Amino acid sequence: MSNDPHDLLAAYALDALADDERERFERHLSECADCTEQLALLREPVAALAYAAEGPVPPEELRDRIVEGARAEPRAAVIKLPRRNWALGTAATVAAAAACLAIGLGIWANSLSNSLDRERSARAAIDQLLAENATAKPLIGANGSLIVARSGRAALVVCGLAEAPSAKTYEAWVITGKSPESAGLFRGGSGCSPHVLTQRVPENATVAVTLERAEGADSPTLPILFRAEAT
Amino acid sequence: MSAAAQSPIAISVVGLGAPWSERRMSPAVPQRSDEELVEAVARADEDALGELYDRFGRVAYGLAFKILRDASLAEDAVQEAFLQAWRGAGAYQRDRAKAGTWLLTFVHRRAVDLVRREERRRTVPADSAPEPSGPGSDETVVARSRGEVVRSALSRLPDEQREAIELAYYGGLTQSELAERLGQPLGTIKSRMFTGLQRLRVLLAEAGYESA
Repeated sequence: MSNDPHDLLAAYALDALADDERERFERHLSECADCTEQLALLREPVAALAYAAEGPVPPEELRDRIVEGARAEPRAAVIKLPRRNWALGTAATVAAAAACLAIGLGIWANSLSNSLDRERSARAAIDQLLAENATAKPLIGANGSLIVARSGRAALVVCGLAEAPSAKTYEAWVITGKSPESAGLFRGGSGCSPHVLTQRVPENATVAVTLERAEGADSPTLPILFRAEAT
Repeated sequence: MSAAAQSPIAISVVGLGAPWSERRMSPAVPQRSDEELVEAVARADEDALGELYDRFGRVAYGLAFKILRDASLAEDAVQEAFLQAWRGAGAYQRDRAKAGTWLLTFVHRRAVDLVRREERRRTVPADSAPEPSGPGSDETVVARSRGEVVRSALSRLPDEQREAIELAYYGGLTQSELAERLGQPLGTIKSRMFTGLQRLRVLLAEAGYESA
């Protein structure tokens, strides 16, 4: 039997791999553009199978539970600033990144002021963060900073981070000694973009970022690409 | 921040503000596409999440129920999958997958993880007739006719390919478990799944099926 990872494509698309096989295959997937393309082709018939499953009607309250569950999450959006090469020097990074956050958010808020207030929860989260006497810590291993408000609400501002490869995503983690907690996913890309973390960042915590499969992971996959200390 | 606001950086950002605010304020279209909804979810738009649920909740629950055969586990799977989508929408790329395909991937993965944990998958998934549902919304009607097209395409697969696909997808079996259950070498199972999915894709295309 061959060990060619390519013949795991169908099993992966059908979620028919055991956890360790799945993990190994995803590592391969992140480096195999051809696989990603082939996988996209298999995803369609697989998703079609969902429609053939036709079961009972979900209980009515499930919708509310989902929307309320989302509302209860301390997460806001991945907010994209206009793409722009900021050409930031490392020395200026922290201050500039903090400024970039504030400026970007100001504009972002303005651009929404006339529109539907759909994004109000994300905006509120950011406003709150900025109003809370936030401090900026430099990122170690990347350009940008970690902005932490007194309450522990926090955002990562990352500048000039290469866009995550297809089928991959950056995932932030809050590490306080025990098991790291996932704090949100983002894709990177040129320019600076703020990512509001979905977890609070207590004092002395480390915020670390890893590269994970597109859906995110339950625990971080080493190596840590960059981090910041919230001391 | 006022000093920063007068810096060249600030000016350049202001200059760039226009195109995307324009896009955002484009006149309201009657209905957002599925992909637009996911992108709105990435901006923490709760209404968009609710709307995605209105479009895919029924299919998602049907799928989770078929795999888990338990109402409360199916609800858990669907809820967790939608919350996963809520958290992960920032990483969604519309050129990679249709929104529905993307979302149902979460649902299926969650349901399979749960069924494996619950060890409920030991029996072959029943070919149970779908439970009758009340008068459906338009979305439901669309989903049902989709279901008919897919079931008909599935029925045209060679038996051993359909069996492998159904046991994996609805039964939550891993490929090794499949090999054991069916008494076939792993390589055979892999190729049945692969060939079966390829053929299913062609059959669906022939039937004019468009993925959501």
